[in-house]
Amino acid sequence: MLSRVADSIYWMSRYVERAENVARFIEVNLNLMLDSPAEAPNQWKSLVNTTGDHEDFSRRYPGNGQDDVLRFLTSDADNPNSVFSCIRAARENARSVREIISSEMWIHLNTFYLMLKEAAVNERGLSNPTDFVSEVRQSSHLFAGVTDATMTHSEGWHFGRLGRMIERADKTSRLLDVKYYLLLRSIEDVGTPFDDIQWAAVLRSASAFEMYRKRHGRISPVGVVEFLLLDKEFPRAVRFSLLDAQASLHAISGTPLGAFRHEPERHMGLLCSDLAYTSVEEILRRGLHEYVDELQTRLNQIGNGIHEAYFALKAPGSSPAAQFQA
Amino acid sequence: MRFSNYDVGPFYDEMFSSDLMPRSAARTLVRNIEALPEGELRNRQQAAERALLAMGITFNVYGASQGVEKIFPFDILPRVLSAGEWSVIEKGLRQRIHALNLFIDDLYHDQRILRDKVIPREIIESSRVFRRECIGLRPPRGIWCHVTGTDLVRHNDGTIYVLEDNLRCPSGVSYVLQNRHVMKSMFPRVFESSKIRAVSDYPSHLRDMLEFLAPDAGSSPRVVLLTPGVYNSAYFEHSFLAQQMGIELVEGRDLVVKDGFVCMRTTTGFERVDVIYRRLDDDFLDPTVFRRDSMLGVPGLMDVYKAGRVSLANAPGTGVADDKVVYAYVPRVIRYYLGEDPILPNVPTHICAEPDDLAYTLEHLDELVVKAANESGGYGMLVGPHSTAEQRADFALKVRANPRNYIAQPTLSLSRVPTLIDDHFEGRHVDLRPYILYGRDIFVLPGGLTRVALKRGSLVVNSSQGGGSKDTWVLSETARGTAAPTTSVPDASQTREALPC
Repeated sequence: MLSRVADSIYWMSRYVERAENVARFIEVNLNLMLDSPAEAPNQWKSLVNTTGDHEDFSRRYPGNGQDDVLRFLTSDADNPNSVFSCIRAARENARSVREIISSEMWIHLNTFYLMLKEAAVNERGLSNPTDFVSEVRQSSHLFAGVTDATMTHSEGWHFGRLGRMIERADKTSRLLDVKYYLLLRSIEDVGTPFDDIQWAAVLRSASAFEMYRKRHGRISPVGVVEFLLLDKEFPRAVRFSLLDAQASLHAISGTPLGAFRHEPERHMGLLCSDLAYTSVEEILRRGLHEYVDELQTRLNQIGNGIHEAYFALKAPGSSPAAQFQA
Repeated sequence: MRFSNYDVGPFYDEMFSSDLMPRSAARTLVRNIEALPEGELRNRQQAAERALLAMGITFNVYGASQGVEKIFPFDILPRVLSAGEWSVIEKGLRQRIHALNLFIDDLYHDQRILRDKVIPREIIESSRVFRRECIGLRPPRGIWCHVTGTDLVRHNDGTIYVLEDNLRCPSGVSYVLQNRHVMKSMFPRVFESSKIRAVSDYPSHLRDMLEFLAPDAGSSPRVVLLTPGVYNSAYFEHSFLAQQMGIELVEGRDLVVKDGFVCMRTTTGFERVDVIYRRLDDDFLDPTVFRRDSMLGVPGLMDVYKAGRVSLANAPGTGVADDKVVYAYVPRVIRYYLGEDPILPNVPTHICAEPDDLAYTLEHLDELVVKAANESGGYGMLVGPHSTAEQRADFALKVRANPRNYIAQPTLSLSRVPTLIDDHFEGRHVDLRPYILYGRDIFVLPGGLTRVALKRGSLVVNSSQGGGSKDTWVLSETARGTAAPTTSVPDASQTREALPC
């Protein structure tokens, strides 16, 4: 498979997954807002912190109200991580490999993009954010489903799943961070019924509430962190996502699990064992935010390794450009 | 939906004779359309447009802001050609391509045609697209122009003329295939009853032709399609053709010259490439030979090509026969190499490089179409009858400054085809671009792209300037539609039966 094609499929999937997760970030905040006491401080700005784009945001949006944040995250064509920009980028990548992916995938992604383009004009993300985010979530699920059901599960598909799962691991960990930022603001709420409500909102945004209940019953910070980071059966948990990503990485190279051929496989192996053998108490003792931070650094390292190993085949006098990681 | 109010006007209409009788080839179609309930055709037209948009069958508009995509407007009423008429076109095209290929080969080798003074040497040597780099080149199997998209037009007198040859990277064939795909789903019954010649095997013919060019006969060759990338206006077509042929779609940055071969970068290392169907202009192919600032090509490609280790379709240098001044000499080219009269005539052309023709052109700017030698897409062109005095004065200056670069032709009144405009039919001007493949033998795709100028009165069919397309139906010999004398006017029961066509 062409390096460029592998690169495009990988990023196509990452961008779709990223769009879905930006929608989930918005959703968690909407949930929290609705359940918050009226006098609770405005949390929208901290949402931008979670996505890592706060500098760009403060420069271009002097206010930091709900509408500003929603516009920035849903339809802003200049924010490379807005839902619109992500799907636009996913579609551009898909367009460059549309002879490789299935027609169904292309048509769905193209329709998804056209829907968002229209929503950007109507500002539907602002006027009706709840419906907007649920539509984005559904379209993303549909894309993943169509991909799994119509594309041969060979090398190209594995690159797609690799991208999707690395992105998901990264974003689920950031979703936990949303709560971290909230905690900073409302330390006095810890252990109160309100705290319980907040954690439930985090779970709901990861579509994890019901599954969590079945596994842990009572909502507790320890339980939620364990579930979203370390569970190996819940499909949005970091560990689950990385086990899938690891399986694809090894399917691509043909190296058996437990061995490694190149740096990304080695780093992925280390990270997966960490997640398997670290206890949630340890994580909380070190600090959740610090743990998530380090996790993201390691994921970036793996991403860069994949780029080196597969997309940037070196030949005299040329260097293929890399897509940004953001 | 009736044609009773349709106005043929003072033009040749492809579907109706001047007394509004359907031409024999179009009879079945007209019957089927008239049997449709009011509004049905419009519904189908809109359904077709929605399908094209969802499929992303769009083109990029140059000059507009990046990423502006439009669907190539598509009109649901096809253009129909009878078997008899098509067989003349097909013979004419074979003859022309055969002669043009000999001509190009001669120009880059012995130049007999120049020594015999059939064409003035300075016309060739001053052509911007005559590639000195190609002199002495021996392309695989002696073929230069593997894929051609000749533009044909029909004048008021009913005669079909060759307007342009397009021997470089003609585009549009994907629309032929997609239009047909859409039309078959819209009108399955018409297809059942009309014996329309298929076009869907074009990708197979194209792939066979490309494999035929491979440097090592016998082994299964690696064929790729080289595209300038997603921002090219014909990108959809590149990806569609690659997909339909089951070959790799590559960009310049995917290819690299390594150990004397062209290789592509894959996730498992470098893989050798044998044949490149390049949809990239000569200028951009190889920055070490042609334009140095090209980021789209492959450095060193031409060396590998000259060494016979990779094949290119089309060969570099074919553009010289596309030069609009050289075009004027093609009838002489055909006689010179084949000793035959051209089957398809050229549009009568005034060559501004010749003093008499220049004087005539300048005096008659208001009635002529003046074209620059090396522009396409309807740019660099003056349509006399539709121009302002200012535009004519401006063009006169340009022509005087560089007469070699211009030709002039009478304004043809292109034939028209009924076209669905809102809720009724109006005549719109069309041309026709058939596609010809030159490999083991010469293959002409039955039909081709019918481009239609959708603006009322307009003669410009280019997609960048308000043009659209129609499906083109070539009937086979045995078509019921062509068995004119025995076909009676349908009675009411037949009409009803034809409803869900």
